[in-house]
Formats: sequence, C-alpha cells, structure tokens
Amino acid sequence: MSDLTRMTAAQMADAMAAGEITSVQLTQAHLDRIGAVDGDVHAFLHIDAEGALATAAAVDADRAAGVELPALAGVPIALKDLLVTKGLPTTAGSKILEGWIPPYDATVTRKVREARMPILGKTNLDEFAMGSSTEYSGYGPTHNPWDLERIPGGSGGGSAAALAAWEAPLAVGSDTGGSIRQPASVTGTVGVKPTYGGVSRFGAIALASSLDQLGPCARTVLDTALLHEVMGGHDDMDATSLNEPVPGVVAAAREGALGDLTGVRIGVVKELRGDDSGEGGGYQAGVKQRFQESLDKLQSAGAEIVEVSCPHFEYALAAYYLILPSEASSNLAKFDSVRFGLRVETGTVERTMAATRAEGFGDEVKRRIMLGTYALSAGFYDAYYGSAQKVRTLVQKDFAAAFQLADVLVSPTTPTTPFKLGERIDDPLAMYLNDVATIPANLAGIPGMSLPSGMAPEDGLPTGFQILAPAHEDARLYRVGAALEAALAAEWGGSLMDQAPELEVRS
Amino acid sequence: MSSLERSDVARLAALARIDMTDQDLDRMAGQLSAIVDAVAKVAEVADSDVVATSHPIPMANVHREDVVRPSLTQEQALAGAPAAEDGRFRVPQILGEEA
Repeated sequence: MSDLTRMTAAQMADAMAAGEITSVQLTQAHLDRIGAVDGDVHAFLHIDAEGALATAAAVDADRAAGVELPALAGVPIALKDLLVTKGLPTTAGSKILEGWIPPYDATVTRKVREARMPILGKTNLDEFAMGSSTEYSGYGPTHNPWDLERIPGGSGGGSAAALAAWEAPLAVGSDTGGSIRQPASVTGTVGVKPTYGGVSRFGAIALASSLDQLGPCARTVLDTALLHEVMGGHDDMDATSLNEPVPGVVAAAREGALGDLTGVRIGVVKELRGDDSGEGGGYQAGVKQRFQESLDKLQSAGAEIVEVSCPHFEYALAAYYLILPSEASSNLAKFDSVRFGLRVETGTVERTMAATRAEGFGDEVKRRIMLGTYALSAGFYDAYYGSAQKVRTLVQKDFAAAFQLADVLVSPTTPTTPFKLGERIDDPLAMYLNDVATIPANLAGIPGMSLPSGMAPEDGLPTGFQILAPAHEDARLYRVGAALEAALAAEWGGSLMDQAPELEVRS
Repeated sequence: MSSLERSDVARLAALARIDMTDQDLDRMAGQLSAIVDAVAKVAEVADSDVVATSHPIPMANVHREDVVRPSLTQEQALAGAPAAEDGRFRVPQILGEEA
C-alpha cells in the first residue's frame, strides 16, 4: 500500500467509499506518522489515539453495513487547542489552563464529530492565539517542517505544521489577525478565514470577539472547501453567527480548478504589494517575485488585473493592536482562579487572582492585557480605542471602494518567508509586522485565503498568495484560489508540498 | 503621546490583577511604551466626522426563544474548579484582615 498520509482528504474519502482503504488504516497511518516525526515538529499538544481509532472503527463498521455517511466520514482531522473538546484536554497554549478538561464541546467540535471525522489530537498555538510564530506557546514552540530551525507561523502554527508534516490531512484553525493565513503561507499549505460569523465561535476560547473567526486548513484548495462546508452554518449559541446558508465553496473550488477566470477582475492592493516604504516595506524579493508570477498565471487564465488603493491600510496595524488588546483584556478576565484552571493561593481572593495570573500567563499575554487595560482606561479611551474604531470604519470604506473595481483583492500573505525561531521573540513590534497584510480583513470582517505561490529563490522556503473577497462572498476565494493552484501545479508537475524536504523519521 | 513610566505600569498591573516584580515592571514599561508610540498614529485620521465601528458585520436584536435548554449539570460546572464545596465554587477569603 502506498503512503496513505500523502493523499488529499478528497482522495481519502473517495478511497474509503470505494472500499480500497479503511478509516482505521488511514487513522493508524497518521498516528504512526505523528509518532515518527512529532518529536521534532511538536505540532501536537495532545494526541487522542484511542478516541480517533474508535471513531474510525465505528465509521468502518457503518460503511460495511451500508449506512449512509457524511462526505468526510473517516478522514482524520486535527483541532487547534483553542477549541474546547469534551473529555479532551484544552489549554489554548496557556499554562493557566494546564490539565483542564472541558465539560462541553465547541460547536465546531460537535460538527466535526457529527461528520464522523476521527480527531487525532489538539494542535499547538501561541498562548490564547497571541502571536505569529507559536513561540509564545506555554508548551514550547512548533517547528516548521520545511526547516526545523524556523517558525511555522502563528498563532495556528501547530495546525499548519501538522499538515505540512503529513501528520493530518485537515485541521481547524482560528484567525484573529492572520493566524490561519500566515501559518499557511510559511508552511506551504492552504488556509481560509471565512466571513466573520460564517463559522460559529461557540466554544472557541475567545481572544478578540469582534475579530476572531474559525476556519479550515488543508493542503489543497478543494480539501479546504470540503472542511469549510463541515464547519460553517448558523448557530444560535453564537449571537454573531450569520443566519444564512454556508456559501457553495466546494462547487466554487471545482469550478475554479477548470482554470477559466474569464470576466473575473482581480485587484492588486497597492499598499500591500511591497513597493512602498513604511508599512508596505520590508517585503522579501522572492516573495514579490512569486507574487508577480502568480498574477501572471491568473491573467493567463483570463482574469483582468487592476490596481486598487486602500490608503487607510497604513493605519490598520495600529488600530488592530488597540482593538485586539482591549477586547482580550476583557475576555481574559475570566481566568480568575475561581471556576477553572490554575490557582496560586496567596491570602485573599484578590491577591490569589493576581498571583495566579502572574504565574499562569506568559509575557505576551501580559503585555496585551496591560495594553488593553491602558487603551480602555479613563482619559485615554477616546484617543486610543475610540480612534481605532474609527480607523476600522475607514478600512471598511477602503475595501468597499476597492470591491467596486475588483471582484477579489490580492497580495502576498506575509512579507517574508519563515524566519528563525528566536529571531523576533523579544521584539513585539517586529513580530506584529508579520500580519500587516492579513489584519485589514479581520478589521472589516471579510473572508481571506492564503495558498502557496512557490518557494523564494533565495532561501527555498514557501511563499504565500492572499486572496480577499467581500463579506459573504467566500466562494470567490475558492474559485480564484483553485484556478491559481491548478495553473501552478501544471507548471511544477505537482503541488508545492511534493517539493518539501523529507523529515527524519524516528521510531 | 507620552511614554509609560514604571509607576504607570504598576497601576495597570494592579488594575489587570497581575503581580509584577520590579524587573517585570521595568521591562514592560519599555516594551509597552514602544507599542503605544507605534499605535498612537490612529489619532491622525480619526476625525470627529468618522463614525466608530465596533462590529464588522452589523446585526441587531439577535434573540432566541426564551425556553429552557439542556445545560451543564452542577457537577460538570464544578468539575474544573480549583476548589468546590457543597455544590459551590470555594474561594479564599474575600476581605483582608484589616477590613
């Protein structure tokens, strides 16, 4: 039997439906792979071999009995450890939640279970999803499978690395400022942040409630679409959940793969293409080169390329680093040593609370809580939080004007290929610049995708191509993304992941 | 915009209920000042005629039927608590000795 972990999720589903492989074989192959490489990669914080194999065996039994099954039944999946999972440890990457076993499932966890997908385990992340490298995880960093000395992106570096290391074909991520798209970019994988409200946030441990969005991660555009349709849809447990059907993203991915983009207008965001100094500066040469080549491919597929300007994006990063900390400082107040998690008992409950939070939270979490506390404090609220909310309006207006001229907008996902672990850990501002191109979408609530555009010639590491669409138009991402993926695969004679270096297999 | 002094950071830490050593305060004061200086630029374009946006996709009056639904049992709700007693969360004393 060929290596089952190298198949796409769609191929796995087809092979099981055709009776060629079983879910137990498939799940065991992934557990074996995790055993062989995760000591080096550290994508997982918790592995549930028993639970995954039990789900797989039940799917195989039902299939043998002729029971009708969901499309991805039996295809294994990894969940970012930000999603609560009944009976499985959930930490959000924080020591303050070490050992916590949630008493309920997130809505997305429930949907994954209902789709009969074996849950392999929980993936690593920056603590409470605050970071762009997983170096702020309370449990040690994840390593990029392309080069173990480098960052896998963040906060969802664990989910992206699990895909790139062939440890899982599908993973769930969350994207508050780029935490799905930036890790996808630096690991040569695909990730989508759906329209805000397109996927229920119930049971996703909140970072910044007006920015957070759960989304699908995979190695191909079609696989990402298949998972998107499992995760999406209205949920009355989340008051911000969109009350509308899931967009037809699978159909859009299949249409795009045919390669015809005639009539599609693609807008290049001037401020995000790396030509200018300031916020747009600092783009690596190879990132710009691969971006331009991808644009040429899209044009060859029939798309019309136009340039658009979004002048207020220059202020988006600043607005984001006021809104996010403000909301986070409020959301993280619940870690108070009373109802769950760590308690460092020291005198009164208030003293205990302060001692617990000092010990349980890492430096980046403390920085952002303090920054948010400052931005919301009397005398500073209007200048900081109030102004940031106005910038949010200006960013939305920029997007609205740009989408008058183009059906989708594009940019490099992140300015550089993955940097070395440790390189930016003590420089918060340098770390924040990773997300300069992804943050505007979160401020405006619109959907975005990152997919591989190649390898930078100077270092042989993956580069990412970002596509953005208007709110509710997630399907456009998949149509354009699948067309680009097909054009690049034709040139490369396979996917980018086929060109990734082999990891050392340890027994 | 002014930079943050160590005393400012100490006050914020107290408000945020996070104990900090003197060393922590010094490090945080430097890092937070750099971040605050960088983000203060939002005020440059935040004119009074610009409306503030708090939520990316506007929604209003999101309600559900006011009916009882299945929820956690008392035992489940207390299962993750550091301490519980008689079906309740148990906490250290609320008031200090001097109160």
